[in-house]
Amino acid sequence: MRVPLSWLREYVDLPATETGRDVQEKLVSAGLEVETVEQLGADLKGPLVVGQVLTIEELEGFKKPIRFCTVDVGRANGTGEPQEIVCGARNFVVGDKVVVVLPGATLPGGFSIAARKTYGRTSHGMICSGDELGMGDDGSHGIIVLPPETEVGRNAIELLELVDEVLDIAVTANRGDCLSIRGVARETAIAYGLPLRDPALIDVPAPNAYGYPVQVSDPFGCDRFTARTVTGLRPEARSPIWLQRRLQKVGMRPISLAVDVTNYVMMEQGQPLHAYDRSLVRGTIGVRRAQEGDKLVTLDGVERTLHAEDLVITDDRGPIGLAGVMGGANTEIADHEVTENGVNGTSDVVIEAAHFDAVAIARTSRRHKLLSEASRRFERGVDPNAAAAAAQRTVDLLVLLAGGTAEAGVTEVVAPSAPHTITVPADHPDKVAGVEYGRETVVRRLQEVGCDVYGQDELIVTVPSWRPDLVDPNDLAEEVIRLEGYENLPSTLPKLPSGRGLTHRQRLHRRVGRALAGAGYVEAPNYPFVGEQVFDQLGLAADDPARRVVKLVNPLSDEEPALRTTLLPGLLGALRRNGGRGAHDLALFETGLVFHPREEQRAAVHLPVDRRPTDAEIATLNAALPEQPRHVAVVLTGAREQAGWWGEGRPAGWADAVDAARAVAREAGADLVVRKGQYGPWHPGRCAELVVVADGTEQVVGHAGELHPRVVKALGLPERTCATELNLDALEAAGDGVPQAPRISTFPVATQDVALVVERPVPAADVEAALREGAGELLESIRLFDVYENAEQLGEGKKSLAYALRFRAGDRTLTVDEASAARDAAIALAGERTGAVLRG
Amino acid sequence: MSAPNKSYDPVEVETLKPEEIERMRDEALAAFAAAGSLDALHEAKVAHTGPASPLALANREIGALPPHAKAEAGKRVGMARGGVNKALAARQAELEAERDARVLVEEDVDVTLPYDRVRSGARHPLTTLSERIEDIFVAMGYEVAEGPQVEAEWFNFDALNIGPDHPARGEADTFFVQTASGGGSAVREGGTESGVVLRTHTSPVQIRSLLERELPVYVICPGRVYRTDELDATHTPVFHQVELLAVDEGLTMADLKGTLDHMVQSLFGEGMKTRLRPNFFPFTEPSAEMDMLCYVCKGESVGNPDRPCRTCSSEGWIELGGCGMVNPRVLTACGVDPEKYSGFAFGFGIERMLMFRHNVEDMRDMVEGDVRFTRPFGMEI
Repeated sequence: MRVPLSWLREYVDLPATETGRDVQEKLVSAGLEVETVEQLGADLKGPLVVGQVLTIEELEGFKKPIRFCTVDVGRANGTGEPQEIVCGARNFVVGDKVVVVLPGATLPGGFSIAARKTYGRTSHGMICSGDELGMGDDGSHGIIVLPPETEVGRNAIELLELVDEVLDIAVTANRGDCLSIRGVARETAIAYGLPLRDPALIDVPAPNAYGYPVQVSDPFGCDRFTARTVTGLRPEARSPIWLQRRLQKVGMRPISLAVDVTNYVMMEQGQPLHAYDRSLVRGTIGVRRAQEGDKLVTLDGVERTLHAEDLVITDDRGPIGLAGVMGGANTEIADHEVTENGVNGTSDVVIEAAHFDAVAIARTSRRHKLLSEASRRFERGVDPNAAAAAAQRTVDLLVLLAGGTAEAGVTEVVAPSAPHTITVPADHPDKVAGVEYGRETVVRRLQEVGCDVYGQDELIVTVPSWRPDLVDPNDLAEEVIRLEGYENLPSTLPKLPSGRGLTHRQRLHRRVGRALAGAGYVEAPNYPFVGEQVFDQLGLAADDPARRVVKLVNPLSDEEPALRTTLLPGLLGALRRNGGRGAHDLALFETGLVFHPREEQRAAVHLPVDRRPTDAEIATLNAALPEQPRHVAVVLTGAREQAGWWGEGRPAGWADAVDAARAVAREAGADLVVRKGQYGPWHPGRCAELVVVADGTEQVVGHAGELHPRVVKALGLPERTCATELNLDALEAAGDGVPQAPRISTFPVATQDVALVVERPVPAADVEAALREGAGELLESIRLFDVYENAEQLGEGKKSLAYALRFRAGDRTLTVDEASAARDAAIALAGERTGAVLRG
Repeated sequence: MSAPNKSYDPVEVETLKPEEIERMRDEALAAFAAAGSLDALHEAKVAHTGPASPLALANREIGALPPHAKAEAGKRVGMARGGVNKALAARQAELEAERDARVLVEEDVDVTLPYDRVRSGARHPLTTLSERIEDIFVAMGYEVAEGPQVEAEWFNFDALNIGPDHPARGEADTFFVQTASGGGSAVREGGTESGVVLRTHTSPVQIRSLLERELPVYVICPGRVYRTDELDATHTPVFHQVELLAVDEGLTMADLKGTLDHMVQSLFGEGMKTRLRPNFFPFTEPSAEMDMLCYVCKGESVGNPDRPCRTCSSEGWIELGGCGMVNPRVLTACGVDPEKYSGFAFGFGIERMLMFRHNVEDMRDMVEGDVRFTRPFGMEI
């Protein structure tokens, strides 16, 4: 809501020295968010005067038509001689009154005016357009032609009220009353402790039986409808400058007198109004819900098919307006038009000032994607008692400005209603704020906002009709506290019960992040939006469950309408983006939710809010949500270790990816089984399947390794890019909780190295497991320290695995024989299980 | 150096003669003096003090002497060995000093050589800033609560007093989720057929906390939220919030103010404070917008054109987010008796705080995953 300070002053006697910034500060403190204070005409300097065009000479031979004019500016130029001005505009004729800026003046934007040679003549000033004066667009882009009665030589800065301040207020959804000058003026008056001159307090004639016939069939949707008629409007009458200027300052475009007046009164009082050309309305005006399939062309020229819930204004033919949203084209006020037969235009109007149900208007506005100044107000709450005064004000202005005659008939259809009353303990605001205001202050503040207050300890508060947002005791508490000043609230701390700190899961998430960052990975959180083509690029099978996605109704991009089921697309995208910016050695990680639709996804029901939902109802809601497990993923490319003065570097490889998985599992305290696997995105020969056992059940929790060359190509990644993805929630479930302390033996260690030859496909993990089991309890640790393949020495298709075995007993120094026996047992079992042979 | 005499006369032991002992000692001293390095000295030490050294062997001969000769021989050998050990220690010290002075110097390296063999990793500042804030409240006794990101409209809107026709619901820039059948993408009254959205704030976690936890409830709810804004320098469709909820008997707006003040002091230092301005949110009543004192200029840039402040645009205050007393209707929807309990809540965006706390100029830097942006933030913030 844009509020010109000059207009505000009409209703509140603010001190003359008070600036827009001062008012802003007061209103912000009272709860109105004044975002900016626009300084109109701040750098404007005269002389800027009214002139009358005396002669126009068309200059020939230029690329565009140019006129050389003489203009009478009275004594404003000091000589009284006609002012010679070159002008490119064409929307004026000899005799028109125009705005002339004289040499020495400065126009908005710091544009200094001086006599200058142009198009072969000397121009002593300029004939001005609205744009040049910073008045806002009047739609014409031409120069301003003033009403013929305007006095020549008059100061145009004053005439056009070019210097002003405009407060721009972001009105919150509950304060429909502040979408008017009246509402903002009331807040201003309260904030300054000054009286308000309420523009709605005007004499209104009593309703009678001879007004325009109105039939309200839906008193719930429309609880008030006032209709007034004004006849004999001069079709050529135009809005006076002051009215046009006020509309421009609040951000509206002047259109025609009747429309301008309804807009003006809406801005002044907050009551949306509509003017119908009476000659175009057929019979009784009605208010009802639309019939399915009704059609209406609204004022914006769009034909709309109506919904059975839409509230419409009708005449004998059918709908003539979408109630509270926008009028219909079939009863539109006609602007004046000069024809051979004289001036045509609307001469008789019916004025509607009604009150509509906020929800009905909100739904219609949303359904038709049609936001108007009227719907904005009705949706946020309009004073139901404002209709009669607003209609009267409109009638008065039309009579005054267009020479019309107000008909005596006054139609008023009112559904009975009682004002809203709230019972609240007098100390309730004190309890909400934590401040002792006392009853007297509470009552005074509530009265200031317009409430009637009765009672002692228990207050009975009747809220004013213009504040439909005041419903609950806390609404009243807020009024008291904000007027007493939020800035005066003390600062105290509640006494909390002891907390239990972070949960196991929360600590795990932090640990995993730290472990990966410690291992050189950089965290890169990505948007969860994906397109389904990425699943083809990742090489997922047609029946892969990861292809089942949750889709958005309104995605930001039609390319990415779904939510991720894997972290890889986003993380690989980040890898590619970094690569594109010149980084080639990269290790990234991400932890985040992925989304899997449930087998049977039901719609979430809408539960009531006047009670706690039952556990069963909550379960139903939760069942309507997709599963949202937390995953962790890493991607790597380029050098894992850089080459440098210390020696060779090392490229990132599948083993780094598996190592990352192990690091994560270690943090989770889960025993991770790594075994050869095959899964879509990964290189079939270099893919580890990652498995945990939870509750006795084996579960695949992810994969790690080098990506498939086809995936690398399809996604435009560097060759040999590696990746890991794990279900962190599943890992957490498999974690074994509290670590147990090992027994530390201080007896000497006995070390034995063995090299075993096995067939190439035998997994090292199997050999190690057999060695461990065979070695028995004396084995303290085992470490694979070499893998060796050489057909000549080992034979075709063989590999040698070299292990360091460390033996130790808890109660004695092992003899060489004991250690050797354990080693031999280990080799024997490895031989039995995996065909391993001790290398000779 | 003389070899030990294996075939000696047990009575007349040559090696124990005074002149022999003296010779052995002198040889040892000469060898130590001649040792030019610690390694050479070690060799000399083994040769002249080790178990096979002449003096050690001579010592063993003492046992074979007749009792009257033992004492004298023992004393002679002992003195000689003492002298040798002393000389050894002295030479050892001498050579070590020399090594320290020369050899270690020669072994010098250029310690300024860079060593970026494995580059350091880092956690994203949005993660670590969020944790930093969580920790402040965990220290006060709050617990961290989490919830789903794809959320039922009832949790995201209705229970928060944002009914189907509330204007705020239309202003929430919501991503709606399709029904499982893939059809039904039409937006119906106040929502979609699926009744499911991407949460537009972390407030649904407050509702879940009130439904799941015992009273009193003191929780902090961090997490990702979604709104249909295009990514630009100051907007991102996916961002992070931290919200706080306290529901107990007798909580007041003063408690809210104190909690906010404590937070900004913990994050920005002593002397920091917050300011509340009236505002409107459906889920709180009374509601307020919260600002914090500009931690850079402490408000001194206001009306002081000579010392403009970029951080607060010389406003003196930085807008943080929204807060207020939990609307009793919200408590009712969660089965909490509003006659007995009251609560306060606040929430703000982590991205915004990261921007002004760490001078991030462009929102896009936070979402693109560029390692150059993230690395300097390290493990904690």
